[in-house]
This record gives sequence, structure tokens and C-alpha cells, in this order.
Amino acid sequence: MTDAANPERLLFASTTQSFLEKGASLGRLRELHEAGTSFETDWWRRAAELGWTSLLVPEELGGGNVSGDGVADLALVAELCGRTVAPGPLHPVSVVLAALAEAPENHEQTIESLIAGELVASWAVYEPGKQWSPLNATVTATPTESGYRIDGVKDRVEAGADSALLLVVATCEGAVRQFLVPSDASGVTVEPQRSLDMVKTYARVQFDGVEVDASAVVGAVEQTPSIIARQSQIALVLQCAEIVGILETVLDFTIQWGFDRHSFGRPIGSYQALKHKYADLKIWFESCRATTNAAVAEVATRSPGADLAVSVAKSYVGEHAPGMLQDCIQLHGGIGVTWEHDLHIFLRRVTLYRSLFGTPEDHNLRVYALTKNLEYAS
Amino acid sequence: MTETASAPTETTESVEEFATRARQWLAENMPTIDPANPPEHDRGEEEPWQRARELQRKLYDGGFAGICFPREYGGLGLPFAYQKAFNNESRNYELPMILNTPTFTICAATILDTGSEAQKQQHISGALRGDEVLVQLLSEPSGGSDLAGVITRADRKGDKWVINGAKTWSTSAFAADYGLMLARTDWDVPKHEGLTMFLVPINSEGITLRRIKQVNGSVEFCEEFFDNLELGDDAVVGEVNGGWHVASRQLYHERRAVGGGSEFASGIGAEGKSDVPIDYVALLEATGQADSERAQEAAGRALVHRAVREQLIDHVYHGVLDGALPPAAGSIIRVTHADVHHLEFDTVLSLTAGSGVVDVGDDMIRYGERYLSRQAAALGGGTTEIARNIIGERVLGFPREHAADRGVPFNQVKRNKG
Repeated sequence: MTDAANPERLLFASTTQSFLEKGASLGRLRELHEAGTSFETDWWRRAAELGWTSLLVPEELGGGNVSGDGVADLALVAELCGRTVAPGPLHPVSVVLAALAEAPENHEQTIESLIAGELVASWAVYEPGKQWSPLNATVTATPTESGYRIDGVKDRVEAGADSALLLVVATCEGAVRQFLVPSDASGVTVEPQRSLDMVKTYARVQFDGVEVDASAVVGAVEQTPSIIARQSQIALVLQCAEIVGILETVLDFTIQWGFDRHSFGRPIGSYQALKHKYADLKIWFESCRATTNAAVAEVATRSPGADLAVSVAKSYVGEHAPGMLQDCIQLHGGIGVTWEHDLHIFLRRVTLYRSLFGTPEDHNLRVYALTKNLEYAS
Repeated sequence: MTETASAPTETTESVEEFATRARQWLAENMPTIDPANPPEHDRGEEEPWQRARELQRKLYDGGFAGICFPREYGGLGLPFAYQKAFNNESRNYELPMILNTPTFTICAATILDTGSEAQKQQHISGALRGDEVLVQLLSEPSGGSDLAGVITRADRKGDKWVINGAKTWSTSAFAADYGLMLARTDWDVPKHEGLTMFLVPINSEGITLRRIKQVNGSVEFCEEFFDNLELGDDAVVGEVNGGWHVASRQLYHERRAVGGGSEFASGIGAEGKSDVPIDYVALLEATGQADSERAQEAAGRALVHRAVREQLIDHVYHGVLDGALPPAAGSIIRVTHADVHHLEFDTVLSLTAGSGVVDVGDDMIRYGERYLSRQAAALGGGTTEIARNIIGERVLGFPREHAADRGVPFNQVKRNKG
């Protein structure tokens, strides 16, 4: 993703990196965790000023990218965030902006506020008791005289308690639709949900006869499945890119440990059993990077193969990354399972992403189904 | 390593003009094929080799053999761009693909690097005319990974070299005329310093060649036994006791050939339709599991790993090109090739269940049979253990494995018992 040929992107990368090193170090993350804070609003506004929130939005809507490829720029931000397991609502805000950029009508002001970092929004797509199935909602939207009435429950809404707006997937007259619902609207109840992550919070959100205007709808009925597909692609690319950043950091210091740590008078990396484990980690890491880059490229060009590419990447990265982190913990020995060592912070984020927006097993099924469709089409 | 000296000769013909001429010649002279469904050439049979020699002779007579080999040895002495143009034009024609590796890309290329003038004259032009098939005689029954530890001996008797020992895993040696054979000529020095490379006529007194039958029935690989085989000084390639340098050139050319980057290969099609990728959708339907989510998930996982292998090859190729990864990163692809192969055949064994092991008439037993030689992918071309050493040591930089034979005269090195 760090395309050396593009000077604008290199500059963007170095600005983003120093911003993260200053305000989103692992030490800072521990402080936020201690304080029970997910992220600081002011910090997020400054991140937005660097351009993180504008990348998926076209210029006429107030957005803009760095290199001519906003998806690749965003993946670069996610990768850099992974290096220090950064806090902040990059994923939910990006996924909502991905939808609004497809169907901006009546939402121009929201887009502007999200880009400015003044507003945080999140995608309410999961439902209690159900696994990843973004097109099947039991939450309902019933047409009223002035708009819609929303009823039902969503959960696993990232940064739900910090989001002023929720993009809710609902079934409306037999079709899947999406609605922007203010979280302070009458009838909305937000309950925080604990996650494995140090700072990322989720929420269960109940909608009891919540009234919204007709203008709350995002996208036409026939457009909605493809908008949801695009949002899923962005969510998955962000997960994979951030995991690549995490793996790169963890592998770097774990390999260094193999040189520095001595047992029986030898660096532990000189033992073949460990050397081969390190070799596997390198193989899997390069594979994770390769498949993530491929997915980014397909999503960026809106290729017909984008759905397949993101599922391939999520399956592979999700299958390997948590085990790779566990291997790194094993290579560190006992220190690896202490609270003081940072390894668990990386493991938490990787494990979280493995299981959200579809498990590797879910995506294996999708890869099979998409391959079958391709064979029948040809 | 320096580049092989395929010094381009002056030509007044542009690549485009050359391509046009090749197109016309191919249409008039060579048999056509469907590149998606190439004719099967079992490298273990005699017939394909005869066919390849005839096709090679046609190329030679038509003036399209050895495009990047020097003119003085029967080639055209043209830059790689001309060979690429020819490859592009020849996609729909039957070419002697099985002569590319090892004859041209490894053996002839190495002779060009290290051989005497007479060897180049005889063997490179012989191969280009279709008169000579060349092979490598490197591995030995006593050990595979430790190539420099070979114990086939070449002893000086008068003005002759007398060879005794055994070689194995020689690809298609039964069909060959000459082999590049690595033997030990000095036992009093460390292992790399006492080796010499010889060009051995395969059909000689003193060589007994035997086919190795593999688990899957293939008889392409051979083993050779040497009993007082006599060779003259003209058989020595490079310097006496300089054999490791020659072998290193072979390994270098082999890696380039396997990656598809050799200018000495002619044509770019498949060698045959064996090893066609598994069609999981058809497999699930044939085994009555089209609606089984468990089977779909397993097949999906195999498809994911297969796709990532292709993405990885591209990623590593570009990484090595732009310096993000060292050249030794090729071993990352080597291990992944084996790992994905394993996963595919484990998956297919699971999916075919009973019909993979008993022939119930649906030909699923062919997958069970292929499973039996699963490990071949982790052994051929260097084991995955050696590849993981290379990644650990030359990509990540960890200390090298202890070698008890380093710097030790070879006759004091411990060898196999019994």
C-alpha cells in the first residue's frame, strides 16, 4: 500500500504516522483504557483535519483523496493505525461515508460534518442472536405520513455510545433499506457492550417506534443492496489493512526478540524449531499483505471481482492473524501473557476483527458461492 | 552472479519484422494446438521426446531455434525481446516444450557460462538442432538436500577419469544424450572445494540406468549407477575441483527457469493438461454434496488459499524487483506452493470420502491416488525444510544452522552409517 512512486501519498503517510506516534501511542491507549474512554473527540477532529475522513468522498461533496485512489489512501491510514492499535471511529465513520457518497441526496450536511470530524456516525447492521447477514434485517421501517417509524433492536454497533447518527439497516415493505437515525431521537435506547478491545466499544441499540422524516432514507430501494455491498467491502478492507499494520509491528519486534533473547548461550532465533516458526510467520505475513493489497485494488476500481477479493482477503487474514499473534506470544515466553507486555493489546484487536463482518468460515462460503456463480455465468 | 553472456548480435530486423516473419513461418510449418487444452506429453514415455526432437529440428531448419543463444553455437544471438515476440506468436502451435527445462534453460545455459569452446560447439548446437537432450545428474541416494556432499567419485587413472557411484532423481535422463554430473575429485579438502563437473554420455559402458517408478505411476525420474565409467579430460566442465561453481550456475538457471524468467526457453504454453486445477463445484455435484454447507465451506477455504498463492507470487515478484524483499524471498513462494498443494489434496480427500478410495465408477479415486503422492510438492526442487532455513537465515537474517562439515576435509566428515 505504501506506493513509493507517489510523493503525495508518502507525505500523507509520514504526516499520519507522526500524528499517530504523538497522540495514539500504546501508552496513550492504556491511559484511555484506564479512564474508560474510547477516544477523544478533539483528537478525532484533528485526525479528520489530516484528511482521514475525506478520502472516500468526491470533491463536489467536500471530500478528496491524496493519490487519486481514495480507497488505497484509506487502507494506508488503517495500516498505520494498526501499528499502534490506534483508537478512534475510523471504521464506522468510513463505512457510513461510503454509503452516503453513493446516495448523498438530503445528506450533504451530514457528510460535511462527518468529514470535519464534528460528527461521529456508525453502521447499525448486526442484530441480536444473529451472525453476519447484512441484507437480512428484522428491524422494520414502516412508512408513516411524514416519513418512517423504526422498530427493533441492533447490536454490536461500533462506537454506538459516541455516535450522534446511526445508519440503520431495516426491512421496509419487504425490501432492505437504510435510514440515518439520530441517536438522541425519542424511542432510541443505547446500551454499551463490552468488547475484547482495550478501547473500542460497541452498543446494543433499541428502536421503539422511532419517527424519522422521509429524508432519513439513504439510497433508492433498488440501489440499497449494492450500497450495502460497498459498505461491507470498505469495512473488510479496513479490517485487513489494519491487521497488516498490526502484524508488521508485532513481527518486527518479535523477530528482534529472536536476535536479542539468548538461551543456552545462543540467540533463540538460531534454533531451527523457532527459525522455522519465524519463517512461517514471514510467509503468512507476506500472504496477508498480498491478498489485502489485491482486495484494496479491486475495491478501489469497483471491479466486478471486488466481492470475491474482499472475501478471499478476510478469510485468509482472519484465519491466520490471531494464530500468528499467539505464535508471537509463544516466542516471547511467559512475558507474552502479562498485562504489562503490549502483545495482548495487538491480539485483542486482531481477534475482534477476525470475528466481525463475517468470520473466515462465513467468507469461505461466500467464496464458494461466488465461484459457483462465475462458473455458471461462463 | 553475472548474467549469462547471450550477447546480442547486430541485426537489421526489428522485433516487429521478426514477429511477422515468425508468424508466417509458424503458420506454414508447425502443427496447431488449442493452448487451453494442450496435447498430453507424458515425460516418462519415449514418444514425446522423439516428437520434441523432430519439432526442434524444424525450428532449427526454419531459423527460429535458440533465439538468445549466440550465433557461433547455432543460435540467433538476438535479445530477449525477440524470444518474447516469438513466444507470443507461437501460443497456438505445438512446440518442443519439454526440451526447455532442463536442456536449454539449465544445461545449455550453464555450458554457455562455464563450458569449453569445444563443449559449446558440440552440445549447444547439438541441442538446438534437436540432436541432443541434456539433463542434470546431481542428487544422490546418500542425501538430497546437501548437494555439495556428493560421494560419487572421479579418480585419476593415467589420462582418464574413472567414475564410480550413483545418482538419482535425474529428470528424464532415460531420454537424454548427455548429463552434467557432479563428482568428488579431491577428498582431502572441504566439501565445496573438491568437486568437478563432468559431461557424461548417458549411453556409455559403465552406466546402468534404471527408471524410478513413483507412487503415482510416473517413470520420468531415473537413477544411474556408475561402475568404472571412463571419461577423458574433454568431459570436464569448468575447472577440475571447480565443480561447485558450475553447480551454482545450474541452480541459478534453475531458479530463473522455474520462475518463467529464462530467455533460453522457447514457447510459454503448458507442457500438458495433467495437473489441471481441481474444480470444486463439479466435485461437490459429482459427490452429491452440492447443498452441503460443510462441503462448501471446505471447498471455499481451498479456493481462498489457491487465490492467495497467486496474489503472493505477484507480490513477491514485485517485492524482489523493487528491493522490498531479498532474492531469497523466492523460497516464500516455494513453501506456499507446497502448503497450498497439501491443503487442496487434504480437502479433496475429505470431500471425496468413500469414492476417493474405492472406485465406484465416478473416477473420484483419481484424487485419492493423487493424495498418495502429496509430499512430492514439498520435496521436489528442494525440501520445504531447506526453504524454511533459507527464509529464516537469508530473508530474516537469523544465524545459520550449525554445519559439522564446514571447513573440514571431506574425508573426515561423518557420513551415513551402514
